Amino acid sequence: MNWLKFSSPQTFYPLAGKLVPWFAVAATVLTIYGLYLGLLIAPTDFQQGDSYRIIFVHVPASILSMFLYVVMAIYAALGISLNARLSYMMATSVAPTGAMFTFLALLTGSFWGKPTWGAWWVWDARITSELILLFLYIGYMSLQSAIDDKRRADRASAVLAIVGVINVPIIYFSVKWWNTLHQGSTINMGKSSTMAPIMLKAMLIMMVAFWLYSVAVILTRARREIEDRERNSEWIKQAWLQEVKE
Amino acid sequence: MGLLVANNVLAVSNLQCVRGERTLFENLTFNLESGKLLYVQGDNGSGKTTLLRALCGLSQVHSGQVSWNNQNIQSLAEDYSGQVLYIGHLAGIKEDLTAIENLQFSATLTGVDVRREQAITALTQVNIARCADLPTRVLSQGQKRRVALARLWLQENPLWILDEPFTALDGEAIKTLTRHIEGFVGAGGIVVFTSHQEPAFDSKIMQRIKLD
Amino acid sequence: MTTATFNKISALTVLYRVFLRDIKVAWRRRSDIASVFFFFIIAASLFPLGLGADPKLLHAIAPSVLWVCALLSCMLSLPRIFAADYTDGTLEQLIIANQPTLLIVLMKTLAHWVLSGLPLVLVAPLIGLQFDLNVNELQVLALSLLIGTPTLSLIGSIGAALTLGVRGGGVLIALLILPLYIPTLVFGAGAVNAVSTGMSASGGLSLLGAMLALSLVFAPLAASVALKIAVE
Repeated sequence: MNWLKFSSPQTFYPLAGKLVPWFAVAATVLTIYGLYLGLLIAPTDFQQGDSYRIIFVHVPASILSMFLYVVMAIYAALGISLNARLSYMMATSVAPTGAMFTFLALLTGSFWGKPTWGAWWVWDARITSELILLFLYIGYMSLQSAIDDKRRADRASAVLAIVGVINVPIIYFSVKWWNTLHQGSTINMGKSSTMAPIMLKAMLIMMVAFWLYSVAVILTRARREIEDRERNSEWIKQAWLQEVKE
Repeated sequence: MGLLVANNVLAVSNLQCVRGERTLFENLTFNLESGKLLYVQGDNGSGKTTLLRALCGLSQVHSGQVSWNNQNIQSLAEDYSGQVLYIGHLAGIKEDLTAIENLQFSATLTGVDVRREQAITALTQVNIARCADLPTRVLSQGQKRRVALARLWLQENPLWILDEPFTALDGEAIKTLTRHIEGFVGAGGIVVFTSHQEPAFDSKIMQRIKLD
Repeated sequence: MTTATFNKISALTVLYRVFLRDIKVAWRRRSDIASVFFFFIIAASLFPLGLGADPKLLHAIAPSVLWVCALLSCMLSLPRIFAADYTDGTLEQLIIANQPTLLIVLMKTLAHWVLSGLPLVLVAPLIGLQFDLNVNELQVLALSLLIGTPTLSLIGSIGAALTLGVRGGGVLIALLILPLYIPTLVFGAGAVNAVSTGMSASGGLSLLGAMLALSLVFAPLAASVALKIAVE
């Protein structure tokens, strides 16, 4: 990652604008390819039939949801230590996408659970942790929207994000512990039978596709954030004129 | 006044403070030595309060620095702030405690112990001794401010940062306070303050700054 | 001009007096503390009323019910740590005191625990009797709350500091803090549940101890950073 890209909103804005279409196209292409492999080419699982195919969305989504939370916390930490406006804006932009993937992971987990276990919700350790992660995202976004002063909102939610990221492993551990205590069910997705290489390939492709999608969406959201905050400054009007010309 | 160190310097260099999208002031530089007062002038909303709070370490500065005896106040942290006596817009007293209890606690936060008689003497200076043992909840706004000002007689801090200390005081009280501040400055203290009225301090000891 | 001299006091004395001040102020508004305490009792009683008085069922749900009620009760009292100080200006005085804000926050959190957590430790076993818990279980319940409620105060202080003066305060604190309370809940209720099924409570209790140690190290720091942000 080019460090200089994150030095100021002024350099970031046009650069992000140019990058977004590339990431969007790459994301679309890879998603189509990944889904093609996963839904059509990968063999039917002898234990779970075709319903297992939802893991090609579920697993990448849950990995992205956790990854993005860490990214958000890193931007938050950078914002606090460097007092960099752009870092805070990036953290703000990451949150909704992270929350979306968390929700997607829970939704797909539920759709997977029904035919397999007969229940819409299973209190498996990973899925329960995923649920709590969603709460953490919601808390972050709620705090941001509740504070009117943008500067204070940025810094307060940054503290919350850092506190949250420290707690994520603790929460995960506690949920696993809770699970063993109550002999809860453990869902082993994609590990029930040996993973055919093609399944692994499809999942990895979907993961990269989701990541590309995230970059495109987050950069776009960051640009919106910059437009909103800097709408009175000169440089943004110049930048718009510049982009209209291109 | 018992000030042991009377060779302090409060220095501000290239200070810029921002509120929201607005720059309140920038490129502010001044040096303030022991025995001097700084009168901060400016219209409402010009950033006087923010400047005073920045000197306390309460407001974040956008750029530039505040230093005390050549050390950045950020790195000094409580070693610096413990030496500041700040009286801002909020009275800084607890309603459920009596005036004496409030004064004793305020003194505690600067590291000194104040006996009951000393607190009463201080309250007498601001003409509010009769309320000494009442919970401050029953006092008017003006009376609460006077309780807060009584702190100025109960501490050994070398630096006072006072945001409109003369507000809500009658002529007599203003004279008492002015004399007290002069005495403090004469013994080597430093004072930064704002006021709506023209203060009556000797121009030899008072510097001015105007924020636009 | 007064030439009064004052005795210096040590750092520990300053901190102790901060703790004492909070206790004193809260004691003069005893009804506030009492109401949160009664909330715990009332909320816990809702469950038998909602579920029926089957002793086996009550016995089974007791650890979690009591722990959840303790958690919610603690959460309700969180605004008290900083909100009043924020409004009357004493918070900023505390921040520019001659002690690190971190230690001041620790003292205030300790006072909060003494006023809101410790009473729960004392009354929960009594409520536990209504849920048909036996002596062993009651002991573990009290112990788990003794170790766990300080953690709730510590983590809660972060939420209280972040939401100072923000609209939607009470519910917002819940949204931020309840997910962070989950490990403490799991270990605390888990310890009591373990004893119910004949296993040892030491696992849950040691994990609670670990949570307390971790919170003692991190929470006052996070809360003091949040306070400085709020007071700016």
